[in-house]
Amino acid sequence: MGAAYLQIADLLQRYGDKVVSDIDELVIERGEVLAVIGPNGAGKSTLLKLIAQLEKPVSGTFSFNGGVRDELDIRRRLAMVFQEPLLFSTTVFDNIAYGLKVRKVAKVEIASRVRGVAGMLGVSHLLGRDAGNLSGGEAQRVSLARALVLKPELLLLDEPMASLDPPTKKALIEDLQEVLDRLDVTVVYVTHQRTEAIMIADRIAVMDEGRIVQVGAAQEVMNCPVNEMVADLVGVENILKGRVTGARDGGTVVEVEGKEIEVAGGESLSGKVWLFVRPENVSIVADDGAEHQAGMRNRFEGEITKLYDMGPFSRAVVECGFVLVALVTKRSANEMGLRVGVRVWASFDSTGAHVVSRE
Amino acid sequence: MDLIFEGLKQAIILILSGDPLVVEATLRSLQTSGTAVIISIILGVPLGFLLALTRFPGRNLMVSLVNAGMGLPPVVVGLFVAIFLWRSGALGFLGLMYSIPAIIIAQVIIALPLVTGVIISAIQQLNPKIRLQALALGATKAQMLITLIKEARITALVAVIAGFGAIISEVGAVMMVGGNISGQTRVLTTAIVEQVGRGDFSRAIALSLILLTITFAATYALTHYQQRGTALWAQRTSK
Repeated sequence: MGAAYLQIADLLQRYGDKVVSDIDELVIERGEVLAVIGPNGAGKSTLLKLIAQLEKPVSGTFSFNGGVRDELDIRRRLAMVFQEPLLFSTTVFDNIAYGLKVRKVAKVEIASRVRGVAGMLGVSHLLGRDAGNLSGGEAQRVSLARALVLKPELLLLDEPMASLDPPTKKALIEDLQEVLDRLDVTVVYVTHQRTEAIMIADRIAVMDEGRIVQVGAAQEVMNCPVNEMVADLVGVENILKGRVTGARDGGTVVEVEGKEIEVAGGESLSGKVWLFVRPENVSIVADDGAEHQAGMRNRFEGEITKLYDMGPFSRAVVECGFVLVALVTKRSANEMGLRVGVRVWASFDSTGAHVVSRE
Repeated sequence: MDLIFEGLKQAIILILSGDPLVVEATLRSLQTSGTAVIISIILGVPLGFLLALTRFPGRNLMVSLVNAGMGLPPVVVGLFVAIFLWRSGALGFLGLMYSIPAIIIAQVIIALPLVTGVIISAIQQLNPKIRLQALALGATKAQMLITLIKEARITALVAVIAGFGAIISEVGAVMMVGGNISGQTRVLTTAIVEQVGRGDFSRAIALSLILLTITFAATYALTHYQQRGTALWAQRTSK
């Protein structure tokens, strides 16, 4: 990783009057997995189609390995997998072999490469089957094999897991991760699911209304969203309106509903701000908990107003002058006797909060 | 009933003995209708693709013309082709009236909208993303179009067979522009009309049997391929 594989500059695409892609610059690094997330209609799939030269943009340049290439040359350096498997009406073998046949690769090599990739994705036993006669998970594995057999420099994945049931999806993501680790391939992975993005991506780009609003390392985007939309998208449930009132110990003091909250960083901010706290960063104790939470600067007494069972976790909504959502393990919740109406202390560390301007 | 049984007996004898009129009309029918279908495919498949995959001014008008052409009365086609090819007509100088090319022209005009219309429908019934998928796997535009034809092959074959069936059994237009000239433009349908007029029911039945066999073979092939598609569909949906 490090060197740019694809540089996109001044990309503009319109459907009628609607701008669906407006990207000043996006650099995709060699060998990285870049996840692209965003709400419906954000322009994620359009971006992939533009990269794959399946649509002509109004304007913009794509520089692959530092050079501008013709359309067919670009298309033959990449492979794309869509949300639907889109298999052709022929056998699984012929489906996987398709891209090699159009490149006029020798038959012997086709047979060996198809068998190799079919083995990696666990579809060897399906090679003689009619492609129309597969389950959803099998069909998507074949679709991935059909792309990977080409040994593409760039693999474009457009929500390939979206139509799969959870166990099938989990198994396929694990296998895909393993395959991607073994191959020297750069990947752009469009998904709705932030969990998929975190699992598979080195970096995450967040899109909204055709624009890239944030791009960075996966943990950075998860913990330090640049605005309210990104925060909501990456699962920050505590999005609070506040105002900067001062600085303390190298951090920032923010007032939210009359209460002071200390946040690490944000020194350059003033005036109205958004304060983001991930629910897993909020701790809850049923009693005073003074000893246990001595290091915590932000402690607020409140009452549990809602408690949701989320399998191994419980999601507690605490009213403490403002609303704080906390994610605690089911075991802790049971040990503390958490239930609606119980008074608790909710707290989070100053490094567990992130602040951005709201002006 | 005697007339039918006697006619059938005589007809089989005529076919088995290779009666010159029966053989001539059969070969001429296969020649004209076969050529007309091939020309219709050569013109209709690219036209069908163009109308199915692209948008341009006048496209809707062309699609409407194709749809209207699918229901065009063949006798009216014959009339207009005759008017154009008549000695004093716009294309009279070509001297094609009452010739094999004249029959083929009329048959192409009848079959072309049918082939084009079914190709448009076959391509438009495919998932539009199949086209993108082929390109995204490195196909050239020509390779992508061949992939689409393969994907729509069952319906495309139906178009070919339906076009062939329509023109080989057509009589009005062929009679008008071909003239049923013995040894030159006599085909199965016009020969049947002629033999019935003469009261030679044995020959008329013999010719009809051959025409029925050809059209049945075409219909059988069509049904066979359609059912293969249905069986595949049933197999997929039962998963």
